[in-house]
Amino acid sequence: MTESVANAMNPADEAPLAPSGRDLFSKFDALIAERDALLATGVRNPFGLVMEKVLSPTRAICNGKETILLGTYNYMGMTFDPDVIAAGKQALDEFGSGTTGSRVLNGTYQGHKEVEAALREFYAMDHAMVFSTGYQANLGVIATLAGKDDYIILDIDSHASIYDGCAMGDAQIVPFRHNDVSALEKRLARIPAEAGKLVVLEGVYSMLGDVAPLKEMIAVSKAAGAMVLVDEAHSMGFIGPNGRGVAEEQGVLDDVDFVIGTFSKSVGTVGGFCVSNHPKFEILRLVCRPYVFTASLPPSVVATAATSIRKLMHGHDKRAHLWENSKRLHAGLKALGFRLGTDEPQSAIIAVIMPDLEKGAAMWEALLGEGLYVNLARPPATPAGMTLLRCSLCAEHSDAEVGEILTMFETAGRATGVIG
Amino acid sequence: MTDRDETFDKVAKLIAPFNQKGVALTEATSFAGDLEWDSLVVMDFVASVEDEFDILITMNMQAEIETVGQLVDAVETLRTEG
Repeated sequence: MTESVANAMNPADEAPLAPSGRDLFSKFDALIAERDALLATGVRNPFGLVMEKVLSPTRAICNGKETILLGTYNYMGMTFDPDVIAAGKQALDEFGSGTTGSRVLNGTYQGHKEVEAALREFYAMDHAMVFSTGYQANLGVIATLAGKDDYIILDIDSHASIYDGCAMGDAQIVPFRHNDVSALEKRLARIPAEAGKLVVLEGVYSMLGDVAPLKEMIAVSKAAGAMVLVDEAHSMGFIGPNGRGVAEEQGVLDDVDFVIGTFSKSVGTVGGFCVSNHPKFEILRLVCRPYVFTASLPPSVVATAATSIRKLMHGHDKRAHLWENSKRLHAGLKALGFRLGTDEPQSAIIAVIMPDLEKGAAMWEALLGEGLYVNLARPPATPAGMTLLRCSLCAEHSDAEVGEILTMFETAGRATGVIG
Repeated sequence: MTDRDETFDKVAKLIAPFNQKGVALTEATSFAGDLEWDSLVVMDFVASVEDEFDILITMNMQAEIETVGQLVDAVETLRTEG
C-alpha cells in the first residue's frame, strides 16, 4: 500500500484547475472522472457490491445469484462456526448489545478480559491489548511508541494503517524498498545512533500475498538497536506451527517486540490487538489515544473472538487444507496462463495481475457473472500501479469449489481476452 | 567549481535515468510539474540519492522538497550535518 507515498515530493497527480465551482471536493475531481469513465463502459461498480444473503463462509447471494466467495480474508472460515455463534448469542443475552464506553471507563467487561487472556495464550506472550479495529491497533501502537524525534523504518508497501500511525505520531518516516533486507540495513545505519528506532514489518503483504524475510530483517534491526513491530493480520491462524504467523514460521517470534493482529480475518469478527512481552507494555492502556478515546467492542464480538481464537489453537487440519487449496489454485491459475503476484504460493492470498483497470474491471464483472466474487484492487492501494484481482482462500472451500473456481477463471479469462 | 555545483551535477546525473521527456534541468525544475514523476519514480530516485551521498532523506523532508534546487540544498545540509 503506497497511499502516503503520494505526498512525497508532491507528485503530479493533482486534478486540473476548474475555472469555477471549486470547493473542498475539487481535489477528488480526477478520481470522480476516472470512476465515471469506468462506469460509462457499462461495467458494474466493482466497489458497490451488496451481499444480499450470506449462506456460509464461502457462499453468498449477490445480485440474486449464489456466488462463491474468494475475496473475504475469512481464511479459517470461523464466521459460521457453531461454537462461535453460540458464544456470541449468549453474550448478547447476558451482557447486552454494546458497552457504550471506553475500555478505561465503563467499557471493560468480563469478555474483554477473556479475549485478552485467549490472545496471551494463543501467542504465549505476557501482554495483550484489544482495540476496536485492526486499523486502530496499528494507528494507536505506532503513533504512541514513536514520537516526533523517533524514527520509523518501514517497508514502502506497508498498509495504510501503518502510514497513518506514522503520521499521527509525527515520527521521522524512513521507507525502504519492499522486502529488501540490504535497503533496510543501509537506512538503519544512517539513523543517528541515539535516536529511538521502530522497524515496522508485515508478515504477509496483502496485495501480492508475498511473505517477508522476517528472520533476516529482524536480525539487522536488532543489530541496529531498533524495536520491531510485525503486523501479522494476514497470517494469524494459518501460517506457523501454531498459527502465530510468519515470525513463528521463521523461528523469530521471540525477537519481535510487538505483534499486531486483527479479528477481522482468520478470527472471523472485528477488532484488533497488540501482543508483547515488554515489561512496561500495560502503560499503553493509558497513553494510547485510539484505545482510550473510542467505545470498546460489543460483548458479543469479544465473546465470538475469544471462542474463535481458542479453536484456532487446534486448527492444524484446517491449516493443512487451506495450504492445499492455495497451492492448487495457484498452480491451476498459472497453468491457465494468468500472471500471478508470486511465483510460488506463499500465503492464502493469490493475486492475479490484470493488464489495466479497464480489463481488470471487465474480468471482475465476468467472474461475478459466473458466480465468483474476488477483490478488485487498484492504485493507490496496490504497489507499482498494478490492477489486481485478489483471491483469498478459505479453509472451508471444498476441493470441488476450488475446481469450480478454476473453471470460472478460465471462462471469464477467455471471454475478456485476459488469457488466450 | 563549488561543492554545491558538484552536488548539482551529481543530482542531475541521478535524475537522468528517470528524465524520460529529456527536460532541461535548472534550479527551478520541479519534480511534479516539470518532470511529471509519480510516487514510484520518486521512491527509486530518492533511494539513489541517499545511496550516492550516504544520507537519509526522510518522507517528512521529501514533503518539503519541490524543486531540484531545494533538493540540492537539502543534500548539502544533510552532508554537512552527517
